[in-house]
Amino acid sequence: MYSQIVKTDGTGVKSLADMTPEERAFQQRIDADQKIEPKEWMPDGYRKTLIRQISQHAHSELVGQLPEANWITRAPTLERKAILLAKVQDEAGHGLYLYCAAETLGISRDEMFEQLHTGKARYSSIFNYPTLTWADMGAVGWLVDGAAIMNQVPLQRTSYGPYARAMVRICKEESFHQRQGFHIMMQMVKGSDAQRRMAQDAFNRFWHPALMMFGPSDKDSVHSAQSMAWKIKINTNDELRQKFVDQTVPQAKYLGLTVPDDNLQWNEEKGGYDYSEPDWDEFYAVLSGNGPCNKERLQARVSAWNDGEWFRDGLIANAEKKQASGEVAA
Amino acid sequence: MSSGKTSSNTDVEGSENKEQRKQETPLWEIFIRGQHGLNHRHVGSLHAADAQMAINNARDVYTRRNEGVSIWAVKSTQIVASAPSDKEPLFDPANSKVYRHPTFFDIPEEVGHM
Amino acid sequence: MASKNTTVSGLFEFLLQMGDSCLILSHRNSQWCGHGPALEEDIAISNISLDLIGQTQLWLALAGEVEGAGRSADDLAYLRDAFDFCNLLLVERPNDDYGLTLVRQFLFDAWHLPMLKGLMDSTDKRIAEIAEKSVKEVAYHLERSSDLVIRLGDGSAESHRRMQTSLDELWSYTGEMLEYDDLDPLLISEGVVPDGVAIADAWNQHVTQVAKLATLKIPDSDFVRRGGKNGIHSEHLGFVLAQMQFLQRAYPGAVW
Repeated sequence: MYSQIVKTDGTGVKSLADMTPEERAFQQRIDADQKIEPKEWMPDGYRKTLIRQISQHAHSELVGQLPEANWITRAPTLERKAILLAKVQDEAGHGLYLYCAAETLGISRDEMFEQLHTGKARYSSIFNYPTLTWADMGAVGWLVDGAAIMNQVPLQRTSYGPYARAMVRICKEESFHQRQGFHIMMQMVKGSDAQRRMAQDAFNRFWHPALMMFGPSDKDSVHSAQSMAWKIKINTNDELRQKFVDQTVPQAKYLGLTVPDDNLQWNEEKGGYDYSEPDWDEFYAVLSGNGPCNKERLQARVSAWNDGEWFRDGLIANAEKKQASGEVAA
Repeated sequence: MSSGKTSSNTDVEGSENKEQRKQETPLWEIFIRGQHGLNHRHVGSLHAADAQMAINNARDVYTRRNEGVSIWAVKSTQIVASAPSDKEPLFDPANSKVYRHPTFFDIPEEVGHM
Repeated sequence: MASKNTTVSGLFEFLLQMGDSCLILSHRNSQWCGHGPALEEDIAISNISLDLIGQTQLWLALAGEVEGAGRSADDLAYLRDAFDFCNLLLVERPNDDYGLTLVRQFLFDAWHLPMLKGLMDSTDKRIAEIAEKSVKEVAYHLERSSDLVIRLGDGSAESHRRMQTSLDELWSYTGEMLEYDDLDPLLISEGVVPDGVAIADAWNQHVTQVAKLATLKIPDSDFVRRGGKNGIHSEHLGFVLAQMQFLQRAYPGAVW
């Protein structure tokens, strides 16, 4: 999931009785499924948590462009080139919608970029893994976008209006992302031995990191409980992960790929698969900067920003000149 | 299962150092009317140096350059909105005038579609 | 071209010129995806790239049809070596900085639009059809690139400097676009391709006008770098193709 561990400020969910009248009225609106809009009163914790969550999600879209952008110049046909380029372009668009949604809460896009570039803000762990073959384009679309969709669809009902609306827009564009990834895999498993081997290899490398996208179990997380009370988190991490596994294993079977988990087994009683717990040490290592590509990803974003400074400044200078000479309305 | 560690997570809300930060392009709200649409709908926002660039960017960001769309761009700071507390006086009276809704009336079938 | 023989018609070559320039330019622009100076710009330049890939597919598919040897657009894009490519030298220039990319796009668009408008009247209906499909996209490309050159030329001191430097550097690559010497004269006399003089005039007029608004100085030099249209490229194309063609070369015959 693109927002993986979002801290709230509080120490736990307050009961309605313990809230101030304002907090109570606010919580009741949320309980009644009303949307909270910008400029309306909201608890400070709600605002701060939302800024963290939305900006983390936005940063993920931005950094998420990079592993796939790697392969645009190496796409094996003109059609695949166009499809991949369109998908990566969409990620930029999604980042844009989300940064704009976050801005309604009182933070600017430039501030959020600064937080990303200085390492203060996070992005999803998955994007710190390398894309090593063309089959990775299939695996990323199928698994990573698949996991993202799992979280994004319910977020269309999140309590904060601008965030919900951004999610609606994103979801409309997202289904093509997963499909193009799955289509790449389908084509490869039908192809040569080398292609089948490539597909299995990509699946082997992305399966566990994809499961980690949902974040560790939040059964006991105070933050999760608060976020759920505020409806900025709709499902628990475990729920989503289970749903993802149950949905994806049959797809892997269809492709003739082996899930790289010896403990994978259908559990009739629970109506879902049992599977190995992801390696949370690896997860935290990657989040804290020791993933395979953390340095490169961040450097790419920092360079793009710094190298592009003259461009942004030039446009502002031109706009100011025009305004000064009365050519255009401000 | 959580290993008990929490990753470092310094505060990430907006800082107070705005004066030190360089000037940013303004934010614009974008409204689009599709080729066969009746009115402009708000689709989102974007950053641009001036109004014309906002429209140019909107074509690329919000229409992926479909033809025949009309785009309005308004600087976000120029939007004047009703205050949330105004909700009741402005909107409540209509709620009681139920007869304004077509479903209130029972039209006999033989009249045809209405 | 080293592999030129009497079965390669002038028409095939012309179609390769159109398709290859769109392909390599699209490739260069697509390298910016994820690395652009602003999100809005990243999205915009990707749209240009996408349009150009679409046009590449049309031109190269027709080229394959005309050649009659069963080569598809993908075969032509992914299985020819550099000396068989007919793109302009201009489009294979590396992306030194975003300014160069923008100025290159502008100089190319200013030729591409009048060329396509002329091709809409081609006596070859297939060419006229491709031109008609492409002309609206390219009209937008030119509008956008002209606008950006003006804004950045008449922007800050730094943006102006970069625009001017890029214009100075790319100027000697523009002559090749406006020359027709290498084309089969039958193509012109039979009305398959438009009159080159009219296109060069349109290009000169537009570029001069935009440069003025952008407060940019048109370089003095008459020197023309050429060769791309005839398969004699710069060192850059080899690297571009090595990257672009890798998968098809490493896995011959695979379906992707």
